[in-house]
Amino acid sequence: MRKLLNTLYITSPSSYLTREGENIIVKAEDRDPLRMPIHILESIVTVGYAGASPSLMQLCAERGVSLSFLQENGQFMASVHGKTTGNVLLRRKQYRLADGERAAIYAKRFIFAKIANSRTVLNRAIRDHGSNIASDKVNKEADFLKRYLNKVLTVPGLDDIRGIEGEAARRYFSAFNELILADKESFYLRGRNRRPPLDRVNALLSYTYTLLRLEVQSALETVGLDPAAGFLHRDRPGRPSLALDLMEELRAYMADRLVLSLINRKQIHANDFTIKENGAVLLKPDLKKELITAWQKRKREEIRHPFLDEIIPIGLLPYSQALLLARTIRGDLEEYPPFLWK
Amino acid sequence: MMILVTYDVNTTTPEGRRRLRQVAKCCLNYGQRVQNSVFECIVDPLQFKQLKDQLSKEINENTDSLRYYLLGANWKKRVEHVGAKEGYDPEGILIVD
Repeated sequence: MRKLLNTLYITSPSSYLTREGENIIVKAEDRDPLRMPIHILESIVTVGYAGASPSLMQLCAERGVSLSFLQENGQFMASVHGKTTGNVLLRRKQYRLADGERAAIYAKRFIFAKIANSRTVLNRAIRDHGSNIASDKVNKEADFLKRYLNKVLTVPGLDDIRGIEGEAARRYFSAFNELILADKESFYLRGRNRRPPLDRVNALLSYTYTLLRLEVQSALETVGLDPAAGFLHRDRPGRPSLALDLMEELRAYMADRLVLSLINRKQIHANDFTIKENGAVLLKPDLKKELITAWQKRKREEIRHPFLDEIIPIGLLPYSQALLLARTIRGDLEEYPPFLWK
Repeated sequence: MMILVTYDVNTTTPEGRRRLRQVAKCCLNYGQRVQNSVFECIVDPLQFKQLKDQLSKEINENTDSLRYYLLGANWKKRVEHVGAKEGYDPEGILIVD
């Protein structure tokens, strides 16, 4: 498996990125410029208004370092890609699959893993905090998820899969509040909402999902797949449908658990958020930094990959799944093995 | 792995001063300048080979010297910093805010 390289996050709006030789240079107001060689980086993420010079973009494109720009609120704006690399035969196979009958087979596996991993989150909570939470409620929803698990494998069409996915997500999020153990007054989830998120938990989830999405998207590009042509998510200009597909199986394990543990360990407080007149809840700059730091730390933790049977850092999960997906599409693997957290 | 590159380039001649600039430039491409002629570089074995090749082309072996210290993957235990200009940790959390 590949080495997990570092990600550079730029959250200061006044900064500007340039290049010198093989170095990226970050210039920010009233500070010495930061300079580092590009080869230690996997990706660069800027949040806010950071600008970048075309020659830095070229360097990133040549070195396969992904460079993404997010809005202040964490919404994705743009990323810079170089020439389309990878194998055209692989991509053509991907497009054929996406249009054909077999798309549903892949979609099923993504959603199966999504439901299974969500259920594991619930079950873990019962196991670890059974006496402190309303385990009846959590148990009930976990049972429902189990039923959906069996169901998703038997239905034929994509629309049925989407239906089951929606139902399962609703069930899962309805139990989510029970898993929050600290400051339940401020941290509760009123169903899943976004654009804008209307409560603190939704704001945290949305931001973390964006971080995850960037990584899944660049992992797909690294292995030569087209992130835009999905199996489950419908095509829409500018939407990275395949990235969203592949994300499904990783959300609960990589993002939801991080958010839960930050709240439960009281690393995040109610006043780390700003609430706008229209009800939108935003993360304050310090909280964003805290979240990114926690995300980066979590990515370094190691797990044994259930299918590859190899110890890898969690941060390589998007890459390893993208790799397995590419192998399946290419025909080297019979069926795509989604990531199932035990 | 982390390697430490240090050098002495004889700068009594204009060519020497040129070599010094070239050596510094080359090291900058691979790592962080922690002191004037001391660089900390995170490299894989291939990158290390490339760095050594490039540097050996730049220097004059009769007057200049290069030293490489291989600190391995657990380099953090082997490096201690005192004083100004601490620098960044290339394997740590990188946030510019």
